[in-house]
Order: sequence, then structure tokens, then C-alpha cells
Amino acid sequence: MSLVLSLSILGACVLLSWPLGRYLTAVMEPPKEAPGIQRLFETTIVRVTGSAAAAQQNWKSYAVSMLTFNGVMFGVSWLILTVQTWLPLNPDQMAALEPSLVFNTVASFTSNTNLQHYSGEASLSYFSQLFALMWLQFVSAATGLAALTALARGLSGRTMLGNFYRDVLRATFGILLPLCLVVATLLLIGGIPMTFKGAAVAHTLEGLEQTIARGPVAAFVAIKQLGTNGGGFFGPNSTHPMENPGFFTNVIECASILLIPMACVWMFGFMTRRVRHAAVVFAVMALMLAVNVGAALYLESAPTAALEGLPVAQQRGNLEGKELRFGTGAGPLWAALTTATSNGSVNSMHDSLNPLTGLVPMIGMWLNVIFGGVGVGMINMFLYIIAGVFICGMMVGRTPEYLTRKVETREMKLALLAILVHPLFILGGAAIFAATPWGAGTVNNPGPHGFSEILYEFSSASADNGSGFEGLGDNTVPWNTATGLVMLLSRFIPIILPLAIAGSLAAKKAAPENTGTLRTDTPLFGFVILGSVVFVGALLFLPVAVLGPIAEHLARGIR
Amino acid sequence: MSVMETMKLRRRHTRRASLFERDLVFASLKQSIVMLNPVTMFRNPVMFVTEAGAFLSTLALFHDLARGAGGVGYTLTVVIVLWVTVLFANFAEALAEARGKAQAESLRTTRQSTQARRLINGKEQRVSSDDLRQGDEVIVSAGEIIPSDGEIIEGVATVDESAITGESAPVVREAGGDRSGVTGGTRVLTDTIIVRISVSPGESFLDRMIGLVEGAVRQKTPNEIALTVTLAGFTLAFLLVTVSLWPIGRYFGADLPVPTLVALLVCLIPTTIGALLAAIGIAGMDRALSANIIAKSGKAVELAGDIDTLLLDKTGTITIGNREAATYHPLPGVDRDRLAEAAMWASFGDVTPEGRSIVALGEKILGDRAPVEIPSATVIPFSAQTRLSGINLPDGKQYRKGAADAICGLAQGNGHAIPKKLKASVDDVARGGSTPIVVAEDSQILGVVSLSDVLKPGIQDRFKRLRAMGLRVVMVTGDNPLTAAAIAREAGVDDYIAEAKPEDKLEYIRKEQRQGRLVAMMGDGTNDAPALAQADIGVAMNAGTQAAKEAGNMVDLDSDPTKLIEVIEIGKQLLMTRGALTTFSIANDMAKYFAIVPAMFMLALPQLSALNIMGLSSPQNAILSALIFNAVIIPILIPIAIKGVRYRPTGADALLRRNLLIYGLGGVIAPFAGIKLIGVLLGAVGIL
Repeated sequence: MSLVLSLSILGACVLLSWPLGRYLTAVMEPPKEAPGIQRLFETTIVRVTGSAAAAQQNWKSYAVSMLTFNGVMFGVSWLILTVQTWLPLNPDQMAALEPSLVFNTVASFTSNTNLQHYSGEASLSYFSQLFALMWLQFVSAATGLAALTALARGLSGRTMLGNFYRDVLRATFGILLPLCLVVATLLLIGGIPMTFKGAAVAHTLEGLEQTIARGPVAAFVAIKQLGTNGGGFFGPNSTHPMENPGFFTNVIECASILLIPMACVWMFGFMTRRVRHAAVVFAVMALMLAVNVGAALYLESAPTAALEGLPVAQQRGNLEGKELRFGTGAGPLWAALTTATSNGSVNSMHDSLNPLTGLVPMIGMWLNVIFGGVGVGMINMFLYIIAGVFICGMMVGRTPEYLTRKVETREMKLALLAILVHPLFILGGAAIFAATPWGAGTVNNPGPHGFSEILYEFSSASADNGSGFEGLGDNTVPWNTATGLVMLLSRFIPIILPLAIAGSLAAKKAAPENTGTLRTDTPLFGFVILGSVVFVGALLFLPVAVLGPIAEHLARGIR
Repeated sequence: MSVMETMKLRRRHTRRASLFERDLVFASLKQSIVMLNPVTMFRNPVMFVTEAGAFLSTLALFHDLARGAGGVGYTLTVVIVLWVTVLFANFAEALAEARGKAQAESLRTTRQSTQARRLINGKEQRVSSDDLRQGDEVIVSAGEIIPSDGEIIEGVATVDESAITGESAPVVREAGGDRSGVTGGTRVLTDTIIVRISVSPGESFLDRMIGLVEGAVRQKTPNEIALTVTLAGFTLAFLLVTVSLWPIGRYFGADLPVPTLVALLVCLIPTTIGALLAAIGIAGMDRALSANIIAKSGKAVELAGDIDTLLLDKTGTITIGNREAATYHPLPGVDRDRLAEAAMWASFGDVTPEGRSIVALGEKILGDRAPVEIPSATVIPFSAQTRLSGINLPDGKQYRKGAADAICGLAQGNGHAIPKKLKASVDDVARGGSTPIVVAEDSQILGVVSLSDVLKPGIQDRFKRLRAMGLRVVMVTGDNPLTAAAIAREAGVDDYIAEAKPEDKLEYIRKEQRQGRLVAMMGDGTNDAPALAQADIGVAMNAGTQAAKEAGNMVDLDSDPTKLIEVIEIGKQLLMTRGALTTFSIANDMAKYFAIVPAMFMLALPQLSALNIMGLSSPQNAILSALIFNAVIIPILIPIAIKGVRYRPTGADALLRRNLLIYGLGGVIAPFAGIKLIGVLLGAVGIL
């Protein structure tokens, strides 16, 4: 049953992604004969932003503009969170946050991660939620779209990658806002609250007083899901009944996770005029996603060790940490999707997944290319493609080339650096925290499971995912600082370096393709990409996978 | 002669020397210890890290010994295998270099200094060949060795170039024209020539060649640098994995010993390709040399694999050099036999193969009626001005043959009309891919004899293969466009340049390059030099002029125009070998992980024994087996590195599929079997 549902959601997303990809392309790269409203929009952008959005930028100035823009957003949001007590829209009188938590939260939302070491309903005012966090949810996703657009332009041979400010506005107002309007309306119909009133107070039949948190949730959840953000309005994220009330909203939210990341692959294909190549990339990603979803569903149909020996019927699989209204299947499906893309929202507790099921989300984050974050998933995949093309390209007896341009020392240097950032932060971070009280003192379980908690946290931060294994006492100064830094660095380095590669490739002479050239639009090339991801990406994490989830799983067998 | 013969034999012998010849192996073993110097090792990041790891493990071993700790036998074995790994890598490089040096040695014997007769103001002076300077003129007679590279400025001679080319048939070299270059070390067989020396001592062709093969001037090629950077990146990544395992081990209460961590690291980093990378590059140059091609840099060999367009001269490459008379096309009112007879007369004085073939064809057709040569006739030789040739008989008859316009000019000059049908006839012949020769008797045009080009056998198949490899083949010919088109069609080339002048070649190359294509061409004459320099790969013939040799980036000692194809295959094979061994190296990691990671943590996490899918008897056995496999795979793969992976001229997809299956999938599976085998052997020997 859950398999059928999962397949229909995936299938629907695949079908919708194609027209959406066309739409994304049309917005980011307006055609000559654009409809009137788009022309009006374009001229308005130029009029409002003036000269800043007019100039064409090479990869360097594009990257500088991106950093400047994100830096300013970072500062403004920091300010808002720090002084939220005195700002409007604070009906529940939320106080200022602890500085390291502010840093972590702002870094988290700027980097499109949305790792949350706080609970929204207990710590943040509506103003902070809307104008710091939700705003960042929009522009961070837009930054990803802009970066991918620039990359695609570079790969189609343009040394001028466009204008960052114009692109980010196109993405925000042309793509994210309209899509969110649709999804938010659907969610509203599904029963998610949308109000500026403070928490409701209810008197229960037992005569007790119950405070029920609420707020402008529907709008928040829409961009949270669509922009691969994942930061919930409430602490428990989409397990919370106000954030995900039932079957209908669960399906909408699930599909929203995948839509834009999938469409991004097509956008890349349309912009580089390599639709068949994009289709191969899409197929590889879809295959990996199917494996992850299938594995998660299968592994989670096994009973949990936690309830072993207790008088609990477990024939429906592991129900620990799941919302009963969704059943066993919706949890692992969501877990696979939210980590394959760098979304990070949850509708079940990943900590309670069976050990090997818990490995699935980690694999999603380690690879970080199974559709991945909005824009950046495809950018990450580009890095693996470059690595694969370099090694396999030689095997056809030519110096390697990608999309007619030679891949040489400079490109490989940049690509490997960008790829290395990810294992550096995950393995390095996990190693340091596992060996010191910073991490070892905050775990909820001993042994492999506790290690998984640490490993997961760094994987989530480095993949800019934002989901938590939970169980970890992570609102400490070391955790806040370390994951905050990791999120920012692992967000921007793997955007800037690929742009540099695109700039360097675009400056080269294009060589015409012939039968002696490695073709990028064949199933064989799909194997090259897959091999590159598995051997470059996965081999790095095999030892820690063995020590965490696999050791935990095997220990069960021994007991 | 006997000296030459032995030299040639020796050279052939080195070329076919078996891979692991005793002398070479011995020298290489010695060299591989010398190369342990960290300064030398630093050039190769992968092996440098391996050596550093070996050093660290050695320190750990001494520390253990000092403490009197247990398990020293295991640590000692790890240390030994680590050092052996480094030595194997050095050995691979040293062996490739030694093979090059052996080739150089056989060349050096030809370079020994000889006596030269230098001409100063017309006077002869005996000097050593080492004292000759650029611009000196020397005189060389039959039986003498040409002292240095130069150009013949006077005379014509047959020269035995077998010392360099290994080809025993002597070649003709003469002053002026495109066959004036001579190479030092070759021997004049007949006649006397005056040679102007064109290089300074130590810079001669042979010197440079020796330098190249000895690897003294070996620089890393662009792709080699990119691959080195890539391998360094992988090394860094696995360094990260290994280093992070130590603190993580602490979390699990396991104190991982340094030698074990180093063993894991060395197994994971791409030591296989790291060890063989230099050898692959050297062997590539070596293979070129075995094909009698001297590449001026390794970069040129590497670039050859990328060539998109091939400019081939028609004559000698696509067609057999000589055209042959094939058919007669008499004009209306002219008898075929009359035309045949006139053509024979006109050709009696013509000793070129074409002329002879006209006579031969006439004899065949006419049989007994064929005319017989008259000694008293006056031969009118071909000249560039008149562009016709023929004979004046004592009885006043004049026979002429030549290009259509030349004969027409002659006829008109003597008041004869040009027959209307002539043009159609000439065009017909040209369109059929043949060359029309017009024959006239006493300025009256009789008809046309067609000279046909004969394609080299198998050339169509060869071009088909080239096209499968994605190459565009362009035929360059002096023929008129009609003839060129017909031959191009028959041979199956993609394009042709007809009535080609040197500038046309240059322009064509530029045009292709503007479209992003890389172009290779072969040339010999001085006027080919600009095109040779412009082409991405310019192969000059050794028989060609010095200017051509300077302009190209390769020289073909055999002066064989089909060599271009071999050059490209060597380049492709070089790159394929790199890619295949890199893939193999990385694919191996999967099995090594399964051997080592469970073994490392077996004490802290006993449940990991379930991952010991190879059923290795103990953690130490597992780690050592993986490490030993990692070491021995290096010498096992040396033959592939040096000989290159098998190359088939097919499309990119077929090549990739095949190599991915063999080196990718094979690279995943092979180590599982290999490690298990070593594990069993170790157990049987009783080491662990």
C-alpha cells in the first residue's frame, strides 16, 4: 500500500517536473517573445534595482554579488532575531535568543539548511519567523536557482554568467512566490492554520489549561517544502498536527519536496540545450532515489528493537517515532525524500528508524546529489560528472572533455576541492566531536547509535539538509558554532568553485563532437555518473557507515 | 656494412626486448632504491604519502620494539610490505626509463664521433665531427659516415639510413628540393655530396632523440599533470578518512595502531595508478620510437589522441605513388590504334613511371604493330614551362603529349583547330578520377590517354576505421578538382583539397582549427613548414628538409606517410591506459574496505565479523592480505602500463564500454579473489 502511494507521488513529481522545468527556464532566461507580464516584470526589476541588476557579470563578480547579497541578508536576520522582543508581531512575548543559537539559526537559514537547535513555537516571534526566517527561506532557495542558472550559462559557452541580482529576483518573484501561493492555498484547504493571533488557550474536559501554538503556518510550510529548506514553524516539524494535519497535506508536502529539485535538472538541460544529457542525469538521480525509497520502505517494515518483547503487535513494521495518522510507510518515504534533496523537514523521528533505515537518510546526505537542494543539487552532480568525465574520458583515448570543452588541471583542482569540502566537514566534525565531550557528552545513546547521532548532525549540516537524527542535545555552544560554520562553508564553497569551473570552461575553445568523443547522452554515460558518485562519494563514507548504523544493525543480530 | 648490420640488429633487438630482461631488471632494482629519496618522491604525491606512511610505521615498529610490546611480527610485516610497495612503484618507473635508455644506448653507438672533411675556402680539412659548427660545409664520399645533421648543397647520393630507421633499402638524397636532408650517423653508399651542417654539436637529431628517450628532458604532460592533481585529491580524501578513524576509534574504545591505519590508507589511495603513471608516459614515447617516430615532446604524443582532422597527401598515402595508363579516348575520326601509336611515340623519351606505362599499354594493345624506338630521334623532355614532352623523329614527325591546356596552346599556335569533343573527353576522364593526357601528332590533337590512380590496397577499410574513431580524413592533392573528387569518393575520404598549394593546406588547417578541431598533417618540403608548424600535430619526414623537420613536432624516420594513423593510435592508447588503470585502482577500494574496516574494529565491535565476507582468518590476516594485494598488483600491471591497454579503432562508446567492463567491473571483482587467495596463502605458510 505504502509502496503504491510512494510510487504515485514519485511518478506525479516526475511528470510535473518537465513542464515546471520549462517554466523555470522561461523565467530565468526570458525568451525574446516573452509574455507581457514577464516583460513588465523584467523592466520593473531593472527600474527598481537600477544599475546593480543591469551589468553582465563574469563568474567572479557573480560570486561576489552572491556573497554580498547573502552577507547582507545574514546580518539583517541576525539583527532581527537579536532584538525580536522589541519588534512587532510578537503576541507571545518571545525573548532574545542566546548568541550562539542566533548564529546557528541565521547560518542555518542563510545556507538553505534549516537545521534547528530551537523550537519555533517556544522561541521565535511571528516577525522573526516571517521576516527573518521565511524571507531567508525564499532568497536562499533563489540563490541556489540563480547559481545553477549561472552554471548552465557558463557551460553553454558564455563567459558572462548573467547578473546575480536580476537572477535572484527572477527566482524569488517569478518562481518561488507563485508556486508557494498555490501550495500554501492547498495546505490551507488541508487544514493548516494561517493567523497572526497568539497561541490559543484551551480548557480541557479535565479542567486543565492547554496552550496551543499557532501562527502563519501555511505560508511558512509552503516555502519550507518547495525551497528545500525544511525548517519547521514548530519544533517537531511536519510531525506536528498543525504543520501536517493529515493524509492530504502529507501528500502535498511530500511532493513539494521533490518538485523544484527535479525541475532544476530539466532547466539545466534546456539552458545548456542538452536535454538528452539532462535526461540521463535525471534517470541516474531517479534510480538512486528509487533505491533509497525502496530500501527505506523495506527496512522499515521490520519491527523495531525498542519494542521487542513487549506486548505490542509489530506486524505493520516499525511504528516507533511515527505519526499514527500517517502509518509506517509515509515516514520512511519522507525520510528518503527529505535527505535525497537537501530539504530536511521530517514527518517522523529519524532517531527511531531501524538502524539500517537510518542509514538511508545518511546516504542521501552524503551523496547530496539525488536531485539535491534547489539548484545546488544539480551543481553538486556537475562536480561528480566532471570527476567521472575526467577518468572515463581518458578511456576513450582522448583528453577528457565535457560539453565540448576540455577538462584539465584547473577544472579538476576546483572540482575535487569542492567535493572534498563535504567529507572534510562530516568526517572531521564527527571525529572531533566523537572523541571529545563536545559530542560524546551530548549523545542520547551509547555505542554505535550515539555515534550515528553525531555523524547525522554533521552530515545534515554539511549537506545543508537540516534534518536531525534527534536525541542529541545539540543546543550547546560547541554544536551551535561548529554546525553553523559548517553550514555556511559547505553552502558557499561548493557554489563558488563550480562557477569558477564554468568560467574556466567557457573561456576554452569548443571542440566539435564526433564519434570519437565521449557521449554524454547515453545510458552508458549514466553508468559513468553513477560510478563516479558511488566511488568518489560513497567510498569516503563507508567506514563511518559501518561503525554507525551497520554496527548497530549487526549488534541486533548478536543479541 | 657489417658494423651497420650489427647496429641495426641490436636496435631491432632492443625494440623487441622482452619486458623483464635481466639486465634491465637489475639496473631498475638498483635505481628504485636510489629513488627512495623523498625529494624525488615528492613529484608523485600518492607514492610520497605511501613513503611517509612507511616511515611512520617504521617509527611505530621501533617504538614497539623498545617497549617490548606484543604483535611485533605483524607490525614488522606491515612495515616491510609498505616499503616494498614504494619500491615496486619506483621499479615500474625505473624499468620504463631503463627500456628507454637501452634504446638510447643503441642510438648512441651511431653517434660516436667520426672524422669529417670540412671545406674551408674550397680546401679540405680533417676535423672531428664534434668540432663541427652550424653552417660548416663538409664533403662526404661513398663509404663515409655523414658527420652531423645537415642539408645537401651539392650533388646527389644514395644513403643508407638503416642505423636510424632500421630500413635496409638505401634512399636517394640530392641537393635542392625536398629530399635534401641528411642525418648524422648515416652512411653514403655512392657518389660524393657536400653537406651544410645545420645544427651545433650536442643538438643534432640523434642527440635530441637520445635525450628524449633517456627521459632527461622528460616533462609532465598536461593530462599527466591533471591526473596527478586528481590522484592527489583522492589521496587527500582518503587521508581524511583514515585520520578521522583514529579519534572515532577512541569513541568506541579502540586504540587503532598507526601501522594498521597506514595500511588502510595505503590500500585506499590510488597507489596502483600512482606507481604506474610515470611508466605509462615514458612507455608512450617509447612506443612512438618503436614505430620509428621521434616526438619532440611527450605532450605531442598525448595530443595525438585528440586529433579530429587528418590531412593526408594523396600520393603515397592513399594511392600507390605511380599512375598508370589505363584507357584511350580517341577523338571522332581517329582510330584507337593510331592514338595508341602516337602516345607511344610521344612517350619513348619519357622515363617517368607514367611514361613507361603508356609505352607498356601501347605494346599490349598493338602487339606486333607497336612502333620501335629510334635512337636518332630527338627527345623533347618535360619542362615546367611547356608542360609537355614528346619526340621529333628524323622524318620530321613530331609527337607531343601533355596537359590539355598545354597541348591546346600548341595546336592553336600552329593554326590547328581544337576539336569540339576534346573538352568533353578530357572532363570525362577527370571525373572518373583519372588524369587526362592529351596526345598530338604534328600539332594535331588525336585524343586522350587516361592515367589512373591506383588506390593502396585496404585503404578504404583503414579510412572506415578512422571514421569510426571520429576522425575526418582530408585528402591533399595537386590534381584538378574533378579527378580529386573521384579519387576522394573511391577512397572514402571526408573531404579533399584539390590543386593544393602549400598556402591552401595552411588555410585549410586554420579553418579547421577555428571550428575547434585539432589537425594533424605530414609533410616534407620547405614550403610545408608553415603548415607543419600550424598543425597541432605536424609530422615531418626524416627525408624532408631541415625546415620541415624544425617546424613539425614529430619526425618520422621511415618517411612513411601512413605513419600519421599510427601516431594517433599511440596517443589514444596512452590516454586509455591512464584512464583504465586509474579506474582499476579506484575500483579496487571496495574489496579492500571489506577486508580492512571490519578487521580494524573487530575487537571493539565484534558484530562486524559479519562483514568479513572473504572469510579471512584473522584481523591481521585480513589487513596484511589487502596490503600485500595492493603491493603486488603494481608489478603485475607493469606490462599493461608499458605495452598499453589493447586498442581497437572503434567509436568512443564501444571503447568506454569495453574498458569499463574490464577495468571497472574487473577492478571491483579481482581484488576480492586476490585478497582471499593471499589470505589463504598467508595462512598456509603459517605467517598468520
